[in-house]
Amino acid sequence: MKTENQRAWFFVLPVLLLVAFNALVPIMTVVNYSVQETFGNNVFFWQGLDWFEQILRSDRFHAALGRQFLFTFLILIIEIPLGIIVALAMPRKGMWVPVCLVTMALPMLIPWNVVGSMWNIFTLPNIGLLGYFMNDVLGVNYDMTQQPISAWITIVVMDVWHWTSLVVLLSYAGLVSIPDAYYQAAKIDGASPWKVFRYIQLPKMKTVLTIAVLLRFMDSFNIYTEPFVLTGGGPGNSTTLLSIDLVKIALGQFDLGPAAAMSLIYFAITLLVSWLFYTLMTKDDAQ
Amino acid sequence: MKKRSLIPILYIAFLLLPIYWLVAMSFKTTQEILGGFSLFPQTFTLENYRVIFTDPTWYWGYINSIIYVSLNTVISVAVALPAAYAFSRYRFLGDKQLFFWLLTNRMAPAAVFALPFFQLYSSVGLFDTHLAVALAHCLFNIPLAVWILEGFMGGVPKELDETAYVDGYSFPRFFLTIFLPTIKAGVGVAAFFCFMFSWVELLLAKTLTAVEAKPIAATMTKTASSAGYELGLLAAAGTLTIIPGAIVIYFVRNYIAKGFALGRV
Amino acid sequence: MAKITLSDLRHSYLPNPSGPEDYALKEIDLDWEDGGAYALLGPSGCGKSTLLNIISGLLQPSEGRILFDGKDVTDLPPDQRNIAQVFQFPVIYDTMTVRDNLAFPLRNRGVAETRINERVSEIATMLEVEEMLDIRASHLTPDNKQKISMGRGLVRDDVNVVMFDEPLTVIDPHLKWKLRSKLKELHQRVRATMIYVTHDQTEALTFADQVVVMQDGEIVQIGTPVELFERPQHTFVGHFIGSPGMNILPAEQDQGIIRFHGEAVAIEGAVTGEGGKTELGVRPEFVTLAEAGIPARVRKVSDVGRHAVIETVVGDTPVRAVVDDADVEQGAEVHLAFRPDQTRLYRDGWISSEVSS
Repeated sequence: MKTENQRAWFFVLPVLLLVAFNALVPIMTVVNYSVQETFGNNVFFWQGLDWFEQILRSDRFHAALGRQFLFTFLILIIEIPLGIIVALAMPRKGMWVPVCLVTMALPMLIPWNVVGSMWNIFTLPNIGLLGYFMNDVLGVNYDMTQQPISAWITIVVMDVWHWTSLVVLLSYAGLVSIPDAYYQAAKIDGASPWKVFRYIQLPKMKTVLTIAVLLRFMDSFNIYTEPFVLTGGGPGNSTTLLSIDLVKIALGQFDLGPAAAMSLIYFAITLLVSWLFYTLMTKDDAQ
Repeated sequence: MKKRSLIPILYIAFLLLPIYWLVAMSFKTTQEILGGFSLFPQTFTLENYRVIFTDPTWYWGYINSIIYVSLNTVISVAVALPAAYAFSRYRFLGDKQLFFWLLTNRMAPAAVFALPFFQLYSSVGLFDTHLAVALAHCLFNIPLAVWILEGFMGGVPKELDETAYVDGYSFPRFFLTIFLPTIKAGVGVAAFFCFMFSWVELLLAKTLTAVEAKPIAATMTKTASSAGYELGLLAAAGTLTIIPGAIVIYFVRNYIAKGFALGRV
Repeated sequence: MAKITLSDLRHSYLPNPSGPEDYALKEIDLDWEDGGAYALLGPSGCGKSTLLNIISGLLQPSEGRILFDGKDVTDLPPDQRNIAQVFQFPVIYDTMTVRDNLAFPLRNRGVAETRINERVSEIATMLEVEEMLDIRASHLTPDNKQKISMGRGLVRDDVNVVMFDEPLTVIDPHLKWKLRSKLKELHQRVRATMIYVTHDQTEALTFADQVVVMQDGEIVQIGTPVELFERPQHTFVGHFIGSPGMNILPAEQDQGIIRFHGEAVAIEGAVTGEGGKTELGVRPEFVTLAEAGIPARVRKVSDVGRHAVIETVVGDTPVRAVVDDADVEQGAEVHLAFRPDQTRLYRDGWISSEVSS
């Protein structure tokens, strides 16, 4: 058991100071902006909660939020099952294991804007491998600078390419930690492969899957760089996700007040949904 | 070969295709790229790489990135170690709340912080320095490092600490000569994750730098927008950004599976 | 329930075994009688778990056949052999209740739900876990988890054999004897063939009617606990069973007379065979301090409760004696006597003397 020791605070202090410096000051700045109006020259007027009200009522915000939820939903519904399937099919031992793990982790180590550029080059009509294949071999009209549907497919496939490996590696870590005796007992008990998955593998993967779902939710909900580089939010506003919209307002239009209010609402939604996921996925243990 | 090994093979093929395309493009001439589709480089050229290695704005981008990423990895792991130790061994006032608050910073959209960060680091005179980016990346890397290390430390029996104290070790000596070697896999994994997330992040790195500490990723976006269609050059620069990650992952390949379990499974 | 026959069984984990040292199991021929309580005893790495996994079908033997009641099951998968196995660490299905855990093997075989309920409550009563039936299995203590995994083995009424692979490893010492006597009781009630694998002689000797002792992939002796104790067929058994183990002493054979450090020693009966390495085997319980006999010096006396263990040296060979009361000092010069009818001769490890009738 852990011992009570208040001096442990000294150990935590450096972390606390560094993170607080990075988190509290900017958050306070944002809160400060969110309740004021400025016309430049560092002159500010008290605005109260007007910006919040304005953002929450604006169609633009609703549309971006809707797109954001759609994107995150698609990401989770594809990446989580796909990641589990790949992890289940992976070899458990032997020389191929490190090869698989290293190649799979590779996409995650590529700078996010390079991921965007890479997929841009990959999907260019007539020039890119995928663009050429779709248009000139399959004869499908595919051009993400023109068609919202192509743009959506591309950003979703790109994210699946980029992050499914995280789910694979987490699930795999959960799977290899299951002792052989469980599989042997299941064999003797006459359990079908589905039952082995349902009653042995899935429960043992639960901890890591909770982490996977949380990380994938947070990161896909906060995604900015990759779709921005790839589509710039277009065509039109079709792939303008929350972060892209936020940066447009903050840095593009320099509407600091609304941008700050939107930031806080955004952050609050992320926190709330993460908390919901966490509570739902761990509620069985609390009994 | 078993039928089910087809799944990982197909998946890996899917992962490698866009990477292959990027690498292939980097060896093509601009003419060939714009001229039409070719699966393999027809006129193999190293011209794109020559440009990068001879133009200081390009190669300094790499050096800048590596400097702030290394700096961040060192800072994050160094401050996370004692904190993770405290969380794994002691109960103290507000420990759970603090741990949770640390993790919430992992959830903050970077876009939210971009502008305030710019103002904050400008006001303390760190704007356009490597340190600024390294410190800013601590926001999401320290919580992650604390989390991973705490997981690994939790797996070390407390008896190890007690035995060392009975044997007359002082805390710093125990920590450095006994405890650290025990959890070196965890330190490796934590350092790997810090390196990875600092290396791939662009928004904050770009916001906090102008010239002196500009990361390679930012150099690339500038090329993409200003020089128009220098796709070959872009591809070559992109290919080079994959290499540091690939090297780092090679070193931790045997810890990956365990590291992703965060030592907790 | 069935009689299990292992015939010419050999197993190697290597793809192309060459010498005998490549085999984890070397030549096993053995019959397990229906309804018997067997223990498979041996040190770690002697091949006992391999043998167990071959009987259960988790492993395919490199050579040889396994017969259940004369029917060849060598190529059948585990679930078609109607066997049950309890593992070293309790295997339970965490997300299910205790009830569902017990019902799991029956449901997988499509047994009718009414029959399942009957069996589950029967087994629960037997194991004394009725009040836990609706708890999630993950919340149980280790000993209860292990009970449930035993229950999953016993719930089917068609099991040929129940196998236990060191089932008490993770159980607290004070609960071990409880579970062990529970097992013994269960065996008497269900009368299934049971095979209990362990490296702990106490567990083996208290559980089993017949103990199979293994070493280096070979069976060295099969017998009742008393037989193993009194007349070990191999010096390994003598040494491994008993606490302290049998004294194994270098001996010379000199025209029918057995000498130990020059002193003639009377043994149980006629000597068979000749040549090879000869050794005397006598249990410390049958060594006494005497007026005359083999001269020895006392090195250490330790009192272990009801009796004392005297460690002596004869020349430089240690000989232990277990006596009721030790009134000798460390360093004292004494004489040792071996009880002739409990003194055996071993040649190259195997017994080489006969009981005189």
